[in-house]
Amino acid sequence: MTPKVSIRDLSKSFGDVHALDRVSLDLHANEFVSVVGTSGCGKSTLLSIIAGLTEQDSGSVTVDGVPVTGPGRDRGVVFQGFTLLPWLTAQQNVQFALQDEPLSRAERASTAQQFLALVGLAGFENAFPRELSGGMQQRVAIARSLSYKPQILLMDEPFGALDALTRREMQTLLTRVWEQHKLTVLMITHDIEEAIITSDRVLVMSRRPGRIRADLTVPLARPRLAAMSSEPEFRQLYSSILELVHEPAA
Amino acid sequence: MVLWSLATLTGLVSPLFLPSPVAVGERFVTQLQNGELPTDASASVYRIAAGFLLATVMAVPIGILIGTSARVEAALEPLIDFVRYMPVVAFVPLTILWAGIDDGQKFLIIWMGTFFQQVLLIADAVRQTPRGLIDLGETLGLNNRQILTRIVLRSSAPRIWDALRITLGWAWTWLVVAELVAASSGLGYRITLGQRYFQTDTIITYVLILGVLGLVTDQIMRAWGRRMFRYERSSR
Repeated sequence: MTPKVSIRDLSKSFGDVHALDRVSLDLHANEFVSVVGTSGCGKSTLLSIIAGLTEQDSGSVTVDGVPVTGPGRDRGVVFQGFTLLPWLTAQQNVQFALQDEPLSRAERASTAQQFLALVGLAGFENAFPRELSGGMQQRVAIARSLSYKPQILLMDEPFGALDALTRREMQTLLTRVWEQHKLTVLMITHDIEEAIITSDRVLVMSRRPGRIRADLTVPLARPRLAAMSSEPEFRQLYSSILELVHEPAA
Repeated sequence: MVLWSLATLTGLVSPLFLPSPVAVGERFVTQLQNGELPTDASASVYRIAAGFLLATVMAVPIGILIGTSARVEAALEPLIDFVRYMPVVAFVPLTILWAGIDDGQKFLIIWMGTFFQQVLLIADAVRQTPRGLIDLGETLGLNNRQILTRIVLRSSAPRIWDALRITLGWAWTWLVVAELVAASSGLGYRITLGQRYFQTDTIITYVLILGVLGLVTDQIMRAWGRRMFRYERSSR
């Protein structure tokens, strides 16, 4: 199977800091892959390059065999911070992503409402970001990223700013949405549990220079449930990832 | 107010230095009835409106350009920063030379006092657009022009409005400065006349009117801003 996204020998330095050092990885169509690593290991840089927001020093990123040269609507991005436009309501924020699509006003509105409902925000269409909790804001951002149907969803610590309970809720929601709307997902996180519960594969990244140290397949069946975190398979994978994350660079 | 009444009505302070509230009130009524006050006020309001609008119309696009383009910023900002520190008051004689003593000179002084400050405040407001929102625009496939109009301008609008509100306050000061020196009408002119004839009650009356006019315009802009940027108020 040819990969959906193919990354070869990607390197990027900021001054003396080697954020990425010859990183190679493949994402297959409709696969959910997480990258875990300690903070500052260059995983956000990796995502930013795939999104087309940052330029690499060397190496290549291709989507369906076509090199990435900049941002594009084939790749939706959910950022770490809350990036809702404060002057627009929840529904208008989703519609913001649709304004150049050949849709009628009514179609735009109904698409936005449909995706808000998908993330459990029916009834909050007219709320401004200020009136929503952090978790709800991030759900609007996810709805927005899904609304224009990108083939790839890139997420940079999407739940990093949320409290533990909300995080668990959001992970379940994200898994459910992904199981319904198959698309290729790359998620950056420092939460190992989050990576395991959501992903098909977990990539472990080392720090300075940022390299992919391990590529582990998650053996848990789907649909995934929060209760799975107590299963032996889960615990075993968890501790081996934890060990890899903290192992000093070779 | 109480202190003022006590000090003046008991004769503690000579009315020449500080007239009583009653005297000021009487002066207010006289000025209103003889038509001088409405004439002065409308002359001043006209000048401030014209001078401030002229400055704003020029400062908004230039400030936005400086805030969004590194090249324009490098070319203009040092210059504007430099001019900004030149005392406008010192330019009053020169502006009379350049523009005479008519309304044009008042516009010029108000323009000089507000334009440069506005440009820098607006450029700053534009620069404060969160990086994340610009990144978002890029990932949604927007071009630079669309990012500017759909994200940057909308995001910095409340801050730009604040800059205008603050500089409008300063414009009142420059108006009075201009009218104190060379004018044949206006609130500042009447204050100069009052000074010339030791009419301290006139001076106080007009100073109070200037205060009230400034306060009213500020409150109007504040209320208007709150209406336009309702989404900013937290109501969680």
